[in-house]
Amino acid sequence: MQWSWKRIPAEYLVTNVKLYQGGKIARRKGFLHVKKGRIEQVGTGEAAHEGLPVLDGGGLVCAPGLIDMHVHFREPGQEEKETIATGSLAAACGGFTSVVTMPNTEPAIDHSGMVRYVVDRGKEAGLCRVFPAGAISKGRQGEQMCEFGEMVAAGAVGFSDDGSPVADGNLMANALKFAKVLGVPIISHAEDLTIIGGGVMHAGYWSARLGLPGMSRASEDSATFRDIELARATGGHLHVAHVSTRGAVDIIRRAKQDGVNVTAEATPHHFSLDHARCRDFSPLFKMNPPLREPEDVEAVAEGLADGTIDCIATDHAPHTATQKEYQFDQAPFGVLGLETAFAVGVTYLVKSGVMDLGRLLALMTEHPAGVLGLPYGRLEEGAVADFTLLDPDFVWTVETSRLRSRSRNSSYLGEQLTGKAGATFLRGRLTWLDEDVIKVD
Amino acid sequence: MILKSKDVLGLEDMSAEEILGVLEIASKFRAVFDRPVRNVPIMRGRTVVNFFHEPSTRTRISFELAEKRLSADIVNFSSATSSFKKGETLRDTAENLAAMKIDMLVIRHSSPGSARYLANVLDCSVINAGDGAHEHPTQGLLDIMTMRQRLGDLRGRKVTIIGDIAHSRVARSNIWGLTKLGAEVTLCGPPTMVPAALARLGVEVEYDLRRAVAEADVLNVLRIQLERGAGKTFPGNREYHRMYGITEEIVRSLKPEAFILHPGPMNRDVEIAGEVADGPSQVILDQVANGVAVRMALIYLLSGGDPGALGGVH
Repeated sequence: MQWSWKRIPAEYLVTNVKLYQGGKIARRKGFLHVKKGRIEQVGTGEAAHEGLPVLDGGGLVCAPGLIDMHVHFREPGQEEKETIATGSLAAACGGFTSVVTMPNTEPAIDHSGMVRYVVDRGKEAGLCRVFPAGAISKGRQGEQMCEFGEMVAAGAVGFSDDGSPVADGNLMANALKFAKVLGVPIISHAEDLTIIGGGVMHAGYWSARLGLPGMSRASEDSATFRDIELARATGGHLHVAHVSTRGAVDIIRRAKQDGVNVTAEATPHHFSLDHARCRDFSPLFKMNPPLREPEDVEAVAEGLADGTIDCIATDHAPHTATQKEYQFDQAPFGVLGLETAFAVGVTYLVKSGVMDLGRLLALMTEHPAGVLGLPYGRLEEGAVADFTLLDPDFVWTVETSRLRSRSRNSSYLGEQLTGKAGATFLRGRLTWLDEDVIKVD
Repeated sequence: MILKSKDVLGLEDMSAEEILGVLEIASKFRAVFDRPVRNVPIMRGRTVVNFFHEPSTRTRISFELAEKRLSADIVNFSSATSSFKKGETLRDTAENLAAMKIDMLVIRHSSPGSARYLANVLDCSVINAGDGAHEHPTQGLLDIMTMRQRLGDLRGRKVTIIGDIAHSRVARSNIWGLTKLGAEVTLCGPPTMVPAALARLGVEVEYDLRRAVAEADVLNVLRIQLERGAGKTFPGNREYHRMYGITEEIVRSLKPEAFILHPGPMNRDVEIAGEVADGPSQVILDQVANGVAVRMALIYLLSGGDPGALGGVH
């Protein structure tokens, strides 16, 4: 039968794929039977449904749609950097089907109306599931708690003042208590601004050499420690965002051993790049937390391998070319992540032997779904058909033409990476197709 | 070719041969200063832009003087009068400058890396007149020239740099240049101002002033920026002077032939006692004169000036 990739029927088979299931990649080829946006059947061997349209997966890995629990889609307020629609396309391009948007927009997502706005804009774009994180405090000012209950009812999946720490420890403790009742995490941007001062990069040899103000690891370590002690005291679910230091990894590891209700995420840049990248003053390596020392990079990778850090989240932070053309000390913090996350994982974690591909995919699917308590990230009968076809051997060079974000500020521009999403499906519908990976007639 | 690059961005990028080559030309220019006519009109018809995005008096005047003595056409603009205040990015400024077809840009900017950025996007030569706390290569060269006038070869000579190293571009250019020429560099100042990580650049870090200067041939005393963190990075001027100020007592403890540099402007009785500033150990006015000569040498060489042709200026 004549079949075109770009017109996906309501019921079809994906065959000739290596299925990801339960942290492993199946050795035998398998198939996925999709019907009306749900997974009807999944299994290895031959599919029994003759006569259905078939997508030949070409031997690619078939994984649940990736989940990124930390992105900045900038809408409302900074649509010149990204919109929920352009961010959703960047997500699909990276193999993602679900994202959690951070609330540091202008204005901040600090009441149910704003939560609903983000949800609606996500649905309009229709390219991935957009779950808003709400602000902990009104206007992210760190003073007055937001209405968590109403915001959860409107679709918020967690709370964070991301971009700024919650300096007031009592407010943080109360937020943990309140969120606990609602069954959602408090996402900590662990930073002590009184220690950071006016830092713009990691405080160490390179900041001293380049004459740039440094950001001490002690800031992140002490703030992580405080928030974990508050989680211990309250029993609330603390999720530590963008872990970047060996100290923070150790603190989280000990807390988990003690049974504290803590989870954590790390970004691709923090397990792949170190502060020496700042040597040419390129703002494409300016982010918060900053790129740290090689031993921190190694500790983050170890933490991801041993389960101390639960998941990979990109902290996708678009900035326009103009903003990234300011001098290093003047430029805003943040880099893109969605389009390169899987490739950076394959290149820096799998190819280097830190973990196998199954583990990497668990960190990008089941694990973040577990942190958020969302029913996604698994290929099983009856589940929604959010999935992606990944080529873990595809070698490509990161160029602006490969990016789908409205911005271009990737730390990996010009770098050769391995691994790419060939196609992404949301509710069984195609949201991304890379014709360099999957040839289409 | 004495200089390999079209730009002078920092002493990190220059080899020992380049540094010595520049200083040799500088000493030829320095000899001209004592003649009744001090101009060497080899830059006639060439345009140099002095772009000072940060307040500066000494460095700007020194550059201007160097340019005038070479008969260059000079355009000055500073942050107070430029459209930077209107939020223009450095890239926009650079493109405007490029469109005006200038021959050379001298840039002072508060952001580390800004001179390198402009050098990468502009075809003309760029001289870094100080980029944040990163580098100040002409100051580094004039300091080294001043040291060499007294000491000759700096190999094995001990140079102690005292002050707010963390925020000092002068310190970084001194460190790069001096270590390349084989000098043994010690950094000294309060621990809040001297990052221990700088030891990786091949220098000693010593927080005790007496120990840091005991064996020194040269002290390079940096200006303490009074507005920067008094009470936070150091308890105050009085405490700074007591612990790290170069007093007459400290001078008496030095090797007899040791001498003192200061990049100016001085805070008398903070980093340096008034009597020392006026005393026989300092070579501050030599530094000022050498500064003009070093800048003339760099401008001359970057403009394609023939080092051999300068024989005639003697």
